[in-house]
Amino acid sequence: MNDKTVNQKAWLLVLPVLALVAFSAVIPLMTVVNYSVQDTFGNNQFFPAGLEWFEELLASDRMWNALGRQVAFSAIILAIEVPLGVFIALNMPKRGAWASVCLVLMSLPLLIPWNVVGTIWQIFGRVDIGLLGATLAELGIDYNYTQDFYAAWATVIVMDVWHWTSLVALLGYAGLQSIPDAYYQAAKIDQASRWAVFRYIELPKMSGVLMIAILLRFMDSFMIYTEPFVVTGGGPGNDTTFLSIDLVKMALGQFDLGPAAAFSLMYFLVILLVSWVFYTVMTTMDAREGRK
Amino acid sequence: MSRARPRIGSAVVMTLYLLFLMLPIYWLTNMSLKTNAEILSTFTLWPNDLTFANYRTILTDPSWYMGYVNSLIYVVMNTVISIAAALPAAYAFSRYRFLGDKHLFFWLLTNRMAPPAVFALPFFQLYSSVGLFDTHIAVALAHCLFNVPLAVWILEGFMRGVPKEIDETAYIDGYSFGRFFLRIFMPLIASGIGVAAFFCFMFSWVELLLSRTLTSVDAKPIAATMTRTVSASGLDWGVLAAAGVLTILPGALVIWFVRNYIAKGFALGRV
Repeated sequence: MNDKTVNQKAWLLVLPVLALVAFSAVIPLMTVVNYSVQDTFGNNQFFPAGLEWFEELLASDRMWNALGRQVAFSAIILAIEVPLGVFIALNMPKRGAWASVCLVLMSLPLLIPWNVVGTIWQIFGRVDIGLLGATLAELGIDYNYTQDFYAAWATVIVMDVWHWTSLVALLGYAGLQSIPDAYYQAAKIDQASRWAVFRYIELPKMSGVLMIAILLRFMDSFMIYTEPFVVTGGGPGNDTTFLSIDLVKMALGQFDLGPAAAFSLMYFLVILLVSWVFYTVMTTMDAREGRK
Repeated sequence: MSRARPRIGSAVVMTLYLLFLMLPIYWLTNMSLKTNAEILSTFTLWPNDLTFANYRTILTDPSWYMGYVNSLIYVVMNTVISIAAALPAAYAFSRYRFLGDKHLFFWLLTNRMAPPAVFALPFFQLYSSVGLFDTHIAVALAHCLFNVPLAVWILEGFMRGVPKEIDETAYIDGYSFGRFFLRIFMPLIASGIGVAAFFCFMFSWVELLLSRTLTSVDAKPIAATMTRTVSASGLDWGVLAAAGVLTILPGALVIWFVRNYIAKGFALGRV
């Protein structure tokens, strides 16, 4: 796609978006930067604090622990959702009414408000009134997500798998749809095994959309707030207090503006860095495909 | 080897997966049709004492159903604003090369990546200071933060698929830019607009943190209404479940209408 003409007037077309996003992103972000280098005793009286907050946070256990939990959470759900999503995509019917039914039912969890997702699992997992909790209790498993560390983590992870695996599956499915039948026929003539078909035909065709799936799942799982907040409230103790939960606690709960702002900036930078790496890989892959 | 066996395997896998997806939703629906006494006293897979009282509570009490109205108002506002702003920008990105275009594009995307928790507090202060706190437009504008970049991204993908010759022919025929865009170009990418609107709707509808922070009474979304009621009125499980079911319905309706485009929207990988 190198046939774009140079036209600086195109800036005029971008202007509305620019104004809108500047209003809703740049101004708030500047406020955050402003807070992060100041201290206050209330009454809107601020005085400069330099990089104090950053140093304090980097030296405190609180942020590192939250970051550790966050990384563990993102790694676990990616390790489950991506292979499972690919597996589901491979098993989805290609066409017909049954395919439509699958598409609609699979998209359903994606369109449920996030706190309702939390509520659903909160109810589902309760030992007294929830199907899952009651079944597990019946089987003699000691399960209580509000008190037990493993139960809380298992619930939060299963909930995320329930909520988002469909996204990976739908993306993978779209990638599979773009493979012409001729490829499969050629593979059949060559008597390729099922694994070879997957490894050399399906996986390369899916790699582009899978990158996007991984990028999206990484970003969104790194920002997760509502669902674990509703289910476990960050507990037991601080066991499921992920970065966003900790941040909201600090900013809106304790109103520690300085540290919260410094926290926000570092948090944002981590996401930005990882996403930039993904984005660069994606665009180079795109370019390579375009040349073929 | 016959093709029958893998098909059966696939059917089993899909059935199990869909079962896993539907079980929690089934349980929620089940609970919404029971009385609180039944929920708490006995454990039944099917409501013994079928009741619609929970739904009646929600649909007759303004403090409940206004939550749905508020949510729908700002979601629709947000979708319209996002698409209207994103259309010309996406056109510029798909057709022209200009100073800083690539950086600008990535910068837009970074806003999709920004954690809402980072923006909650500054948004609250910004909208309070301009007197927009607790209005629908405040939430609609706040959601533009992630929906506008998304809409630009999706629309750009669709516009790239329209050959440039069409633009040029239209100009030669004497169409002005505005007329060309409205009369010729927009119908060509109608499905793209549909997909973009779907995703804007979806992400605005499911978001809670920002919409809760920016509203108190007049524009309180249904999702926040639910959270409050859980903590305030104790454990009215039946009503809570019914409210949950009602929040799923709009999403299900929207999916049904765009089901044939979903795969295409995903295929562009622009989510």
